[in-house]
Amino acid sequence: MARGGEAVTSGDTWTVAGRTFASRLIVGTGKYKSFEQNAAAVEASGAEIVTVAVRRVNIADPKQPMLTDFIDPKKYTYLPNTAGCFTAEDAIRTLRLAREAGGWNLVKLEVLGEAKTLYPNMRETLRATETLVKEGFEPMVYCVDDPIAAKQLEEAGAVAIMPLGAPIGSGLGIQNQVTIRLIVEGAKVPVLVDAGVGTASDAALAMELGCDGVLMNTAIAEAKDPIMMASAMKAAVESGRLAYRAGRMGKRRYADPSSPLAGLI
Amino acid sequence: MDIETYAITVNGQHRRVPAGVTVADLALELGLEPTKVAVERNLEIVPRSTLAEVKVEDGDDFEIVTFVGGG
Repeated sequence: MARGGEAVTSGDTWTVAGRTFASRLIVGTGKYKSFEQNAAAVEASGAEIVTVAVRRVNIADPKQPMLTDFIDPKKYTYLPNTAGCFTAEDAIRTLRLAREAGGWNLVKLEVLGEAKTLYPNMRETLRATETLVKEGFEPMVYCVDDPIAAKQLEEAGAVAIMPLGAPIGSGLGIQNQVTIRLIVEGAKVPVLVDAGVGTASDAALAMELGCDGVLMNTAIAEAKDPIMMASAMKAAVESGRLAYRAGRMGKRRYADPSSPLAGLI
Repeated sequence: MDIETYAITVNGQHRRVPAGVTVADLALELGLEPTKVAVERNLEIVPRSTLAEVKVEDGDDFEIVTFVGGG
């Protein structure tokens, strides 16, 4: 029987730390022009998880609108991040506060090495992962696209491995398909490309490499039409996933005709 | 009549509060909804369930945070 549309994607869920999701796209909530635009883009993306940052409340103007007024934490899973943290201690402190603010253990850990590249500091990242796991957190961990580092994070208790495709906010696309594929092959926990996606084909490629999902922010927020781009990313992630499951054809060095040679006039 | 006050720090800013107030009182005085924030006092989390019981002490250093947009 022919399968198509929703039927072919239904049931293809993924699970992280015991939570099951249908959407494989996680979107950020930074850099938008307005809360309204942000909320519309999240809706268009079909995402079920959104990343959020933890920051001081504005005491000078406590009544200003808040993210939670526009993106309902009951409808979307808030994934608090540690963006801006450069040491394990800062990241752990931030996530302890996030857990208290949100009331859940699923978090995104990122410990940055330097401001210019925003590359992760893997020594601090691993140290923070170990401590967080001891404290009952379920960290999804941003990391370098290094299969050995990914394995070490998994052994330390990371509930998902999230290698960068390219530097955060760069939009350069996946720079090393080989290492992403190796990480996917070696991991027993979900692998999501986090950072570096610039356009829909980058997201599709991540999924074709076998990733469980893709996390992005800037590619949608800085598009000329963020809401349309959110739709594009939704379609790309679904297409890439379907292509991965379908199993692509083998590559040939030369042409192979699609029409029969027999019966040529 | 003089009311005794404590000198505290909230998100890096100095303030004075009347002696004897709770952390929940402090949040409300700042115009904050206690259920939407997380509070750290002297680097220790103050569990939300105890905000109305924990008393502010002289010299306390508070960080009060919430979720904002981020990637």
